[in-house]
Amino acid sequence: MEEIKLMKGNEAIAHAAIRCGTDGYFGYPITPQSEVMETLMDEAPWNTTGMVVLQAESEVAAINMVYGGAACGKKVMTSSSSPGMSLKQEGVSYIAGAELPCLLVNVMRGGPGLGTIQPSQADYFQTVKGGGHGDYRLITLAPSTVQEMADFVDLGFELAFRYNNPAMILADGIVGQMMEKVVLPPFKPRRTNDEVRKQCPWGTMGKTDDRERNIITSLALEADVMEATNNRLQAKYRIIEEKEVLFEEQNCEDADYVFVAFGSAARLCGNAMDALREQGFKVGLLRPITLWPFPTKRIAELAQKAKGFMSVELSAGQMVEDVRLAVNGKVPVTFHGRMGGNIPSAEEIIEKFKENFNLK
Amino acid sequence: MTKQDILKPENLVYQKTKLLTKNVMHYCPGCSHGVIHKLIAEVIDEMGIQNETIGVAPVGCAVFAYNYIDIDWQQAAHGRAPAVATAIKRLLPEKYVFTYQGDGDLAAIGTAETIHACNRGDNIAIFFINNGIYGMTGGQMAPTTLEGMKTVTTPSGRNHEMNGYPLKISDMLALIDGTCYVTRQSVDKLPAVMKAKKAIRKAFENCQLKKGTSVVEFVSTCNTGWGMSPHKANLWMQENMTARYPLGDIKNI
Repeated sequence: MEEIKLMKGNEAIAHAAIRCGTDGYFGYPITPQSEVMETLMDEAPWNTTGMVVLQAESEVAAINMVYGGAACGKKVMTSSSSPGMSLKQEGVSYIAGAELPCLLVNVMRGGPGLGTIQPSQADYFQTVKGGGHGDYRLITLAPSTVQEMADFVDLGFELAFRYNNPAMILADGIVGQMMEKVVLPPFKPRRTNDEVRKQCPWGTMGKTDDRERNIITSLALEADVMEATNNRLQAKYRIIEEKEVLFEEQNCEDADYVFVAFGSAARLCGNAMDALREQGFKVGLLRPITLWPFPTKRIAELAQKAKGFMSVELSAGQMVEDVRLAVNGKVPVTFHGRMGGNIPSAEEIIEKFKENFNLK
Repeated sequence: MTKQDILKPENLVYQKTKLLTKNVMHYCPGCSHGVIHKLIAEVIDEMGIQNETIGVAPVGCAVFAYNYIDIDWQQAAHGRAPAVATAIKRLLPEKYVFTYQGDGDLAAIGTAETIHACNRGDNIAIFFINNGIYGMTGGQMAPTTLEGMKTVTTPSGRNHEMNGYPLKISDMLALIDGTCYVTRQSVDKLPAVMKAKKAIRKAFENCQLKKGTSVVEFVSTCNTGWGMSPHKANLWMQENMTARYPLGDIKNI
């Protein structure tokens, strides 16, 4: 029988990391995600699986430790919250540029600046549109349950290693802090060094006599060489956009109106949808699970018959721009959001829904 | 004696360092980097650890160090090499891991990473090239630029009231409990080169002795950035740089 546990989303991330054979975690404390490193330190996996856990001197150091580990082909990760994730952006750009696999976790809090420790989804732009410098993309998974916090660790690593690209779990502070029941993933052993060499022949684990030296760098001073690197990255991103889109939908088949929301906001929209259905409104919910690649095609399909879309976010309206691009002017796209750590109630979403679409 | 006779292996008195690649170095003639690269390559070869060594290159003139020494390399973001090296060593504790950093990389933008890698006593070697100037970006002031020294961002000479003092970071690192070996060397004369090579070897050996972090500073020249001939740059270094940055072991336990 599967073992059901009750824990916070942040704790689930830590347990899942140990269980899926992570080689190293490097982090710096910041609310509301500190339980990730605290749980790891408490579990002391260096005594069991041999996983390295290290509290770095800063987020900047932590992400560069991730670079160093990932460049060896090791399975490494970090976690942080919004201001800390801003500090990591330089390293994220280098990791994407050097095409290294790793897992990043951002348990978002309200900004800008030091902002608040209350939950938010306002790092959508930072995560899916760039954040660091240059043309790069992060495979971005948005969990809405503690179960998904646990499950997306392994999924994130799998996608990262499939494409030699950083993957991000973009959670809001609610999903990080709330307790729910969860079934933790089964134990997977860490790869041996020989297995790492086989899976990542490009890794810098020390030269062997049968190959040239490996060099991990994102530098190419000549324009033609750098453009070729960029073209290779863009071609990879097109494949990811084609193959790796994940979303969940409810009641969309006959929907006149579709909520689009991720993470906690999707749970709130689910409640609003149920209530509106009872009132006779044909409302559906599309929850992007990958924020990049975005479910653009599915939204465009739904726009053929829906009368309108409404994006609900814990921000001033960021994902709504991608919904608009997908809908491409066919029907109205509206928005409701709260900021600063506030969360809309289902009633508030229902009221805004009726107001936005002029319904009674 | 024909040319072919002279070229016989038993007549060889000198050959190219085995682990230096065939790539043409981009360093200016007279620059200290070339000699230091060669010494590091020789030590790795002599210790027989080519396949056991991972280097971390900086941002600065030595960013292309990976083109010249035939081992696995990572190129780190500016100043972050000690953090990168920390992770490599923690994940591959049996390997020899070193960083190669200039004064801007190690003593300005990377000060925090340098101090904390040393404070953790991570078993890595840090090779620190101090030429008192930013070479790659065109000769701007470094944290180690001497007072009165002219650079393109201190055209009237470094003035401590405006720019602070030349940072003796190796002395700071020697105060940290996590370091086991901090030494200041130069490569301007043959005896100095021989001593510097011994220091490099000791730093590598310390990597497996679990004694802590080793730091080898090389008081160096940047004849291009200083606007001098290589010979004059060496003389200027001997007279001025070593007065502020005296050569020798600062810590050796």
